[in-house]
Amino acid sequence: MTVLEARGLIKDYRGIRAVDDVSLTLEHGRTVALVGQSGSGKSTMARLLLQLERPTSGEILLDGEPVARRGKRLTLYRRTVQMVFQDPFASLNPYHDVEHHLARPIRLHNPKMSADDVHRRVLHLLERVRLTPAAHVARRRPHELSGGQRQRVAIARALAPEPGVLIADEPVSMLDVSIRLGVLNLLATLQREEDLGVLYITHDLATARHFSDDILVMYRGKIVERGPADSVILDPQHDYTKTLADAAPNPDRRLAR
Amino acid sequence: MSRPVLTIEDFSVDYLIEPPVHAVRDVSLTLHSGEVLGLAGESGCGKSTLAYGIVRLLKPPASIVGGRVVFHDRDGGDTDWNRLGPEQLRAARWDTISMVFQGAMNSLNPVISIRDQFEDVFVTHRPRMSRRERRQRCGDLLERVGVDRNRLKSYPHELSGGMRQRVMIAMAMALEPQIMIMDEPTTALDVVVQREILREISRLRDELGFAVVFITHDLPLLLEISDRIAVMRDGAIVELGAAKELYTNPRHDYTRQLLASFPSLTGDRGSFVRGALDDRLLALDAVDVAEENP
Ligand SMILES: Nc1ncnc2c1ncn2[C@@H]1O[C@H](COP(=O)(O)OP(=O)(O)OP(=O)(O)O)[C@@H](O)[C@H]1O
Ligand SMILES: Nc1ncnc2c1ncn2[C@@H]1O[C@H](COP(=O)(O)OP(=O)(O)OP(=O)(O)O)[C@@H](O)[C@H]1O
Ligand SMILES: [Mg+2]
Ligand SMILES: [Mg+2]
Repeated sequence: MTVLEARGLIKDYRGIRAVDDVSLTLEHGRTVALVGQSGSGKSTMARLLLQLERPTSGEILLDGEPVARRGKRLTLYRRTVQMVFQDPFASLNPYHDVEHHLARPIRLHNPKMSADDVHRRVLHLLERVRLTPAAHVARRRPHELSGGQRQRVAIARALAPEPGVLIADEPVSMLDVSIRLGVLNLLATLQREEDLGVLYITHDLATARHFSDDILVMYRGKIVERGPADSVILDPQHDYTKTLADAAPNPDRRLAR
Repeated sequence: MSRPVLTIEDFSVDYLIEPPVHAVRDVSLTLHSGEVLGLAGESGCGKSTLAYGIVRLLKPPASIVGGRVVFHDRDGGDTDWNRLGPEQLRAARWDTISMVFQGAMNSLNPVISIRDQFEDVFVTHRPRMSRRERRQRCGDLLERVGVDRNRLKSYPHELSGGMRQRVMIAMAMALEPQIMIMDEPTTALDVVVQREILREISRLRDELGFAVVFITHDLPLLLEISDRIAVMRDGAIVELGAAKELYTNPRHDYTRQLLASFPSLTGDRGSFVRGALDDRLLALDAVDVAEENP
């Protein structure tokens, strides 16, 4: 039952305000989509929420408590808030097999677990993301898997420490369309099963609408519109959201010309 | 029909591993000046291998096992790329054909500024260009893809994913080549920026008459921007036709499947329900156990 809250986050880089007074709440069991222009600050928000970088100002609260910057509570935070990134090629090490990628976080979070139990957890995780036969997949190395399969390994790795919140930065934009939907559908299923709070960062409005409860629209560092997914997409209020919705691919429109 | 700029004849590429992978099989295509040719197909069907083969940047174990690629220049001269030496190929590559590689945004050198990497294209290919002109051109090109010119001084990690991708597109445009091959060039871009870039590409195309091969699995996008679309499957082209024809009257089952698999922005949710696992979707990406070596 995790709640992650950001209050008034600001992040400045050398004269650029990448994130400008953003507040949001991620609650267990809900998916929030963060959409917006390239360079609007989405990935910066992800890095702030993951505590990979410190905000210039503002605060982050986990279950109502200001987050810790060090020590045991930081370790707990890192375990609770997990991530999946865009590039499944870059995020997995080509020299290690799948088993290694999953066993590491399991051991890190369960230092006393026996080797057999770790192995069993690895197989179980692979089954959760439907990478079967699990014993076989565990021995493969990243380049022996498709992009979609690699991304499912990344999801399994994120689930390994039993997190409460998952931050997914463009998790499917490098994947094939058919595979993209499979991975999103799987993410949505796992989210329900694990009661996760999910932040789904994307530039794809259609999947944002179909796979999330709420949508936040970011523009030049600020959230310019927020609301239930359907109403943001079907009845956009801010000019930028309208532009974004109008620009979505629509073959009928071109071919009608 | 306008003049052909590139003819691909019975082109085949294998990965010479055990067992060999026939990644591109007997592909024949003619690309015309001023044309945007879309190349679509599911992951692993051979799109990138074909693209690398055309510009002859394949690395072992890949090997061209058949066919040829002929480039036709403006004055009617033909160049068979198979016959060029490494030096000539290197010169021709950015000058006549440029390429935006899949995932290229992650291939910028992290410790060299955008300016130095960008100017290097001109230093190498336009050695007589003055430093001042180089700077000017780099800034102009960056602005064409919607990135502020003062970002030249940035290092790759200081740019967002979409900005890095646009830097790569700008670099491919730099020498005004006659052919641009773009492999998934806009995966990191939102639709608004995507459209600005596509508009820029078609503006340049009208101005300079170059041809574009646009590779993506995003069929709706292709339908909007391409003149013709080739659909690839298992290394071969299974369907090739005018974009409109392909959309209204797809002949191949696979094309129909690709067209149907897209959730629409404003329509109902169709078969893409959240919460219930749809095994059919993942079945498309099942692990192939037969491939495993004993
Ligand atoms: N380490 C950094 N140093 C300097 N500037 C940075 C750094 N990281 C990000 N920025 C800047 O912050 C702004 C927001 O970048 P961010 O990566 O968050 O955008 P984004 O919304 O994720 O974009 P995209 O959709 O292209 O991935 C950009 O102007 C970017 O150049
Ligand atoms: N270095 C390699 N060694 C062996 N096989 C390879 C290698 N690179 C690619 N292949 C195989 O060649 C086939 C074609 O791959 P290619 O990357 O060209 O597909 P693609 O259509 O570009 O896919 P995607 O949409 O995922 O980019 C695939 O079966 C792939 O597994
Ligand atoms: Mg980003
Ligand atoms: Mg490819």
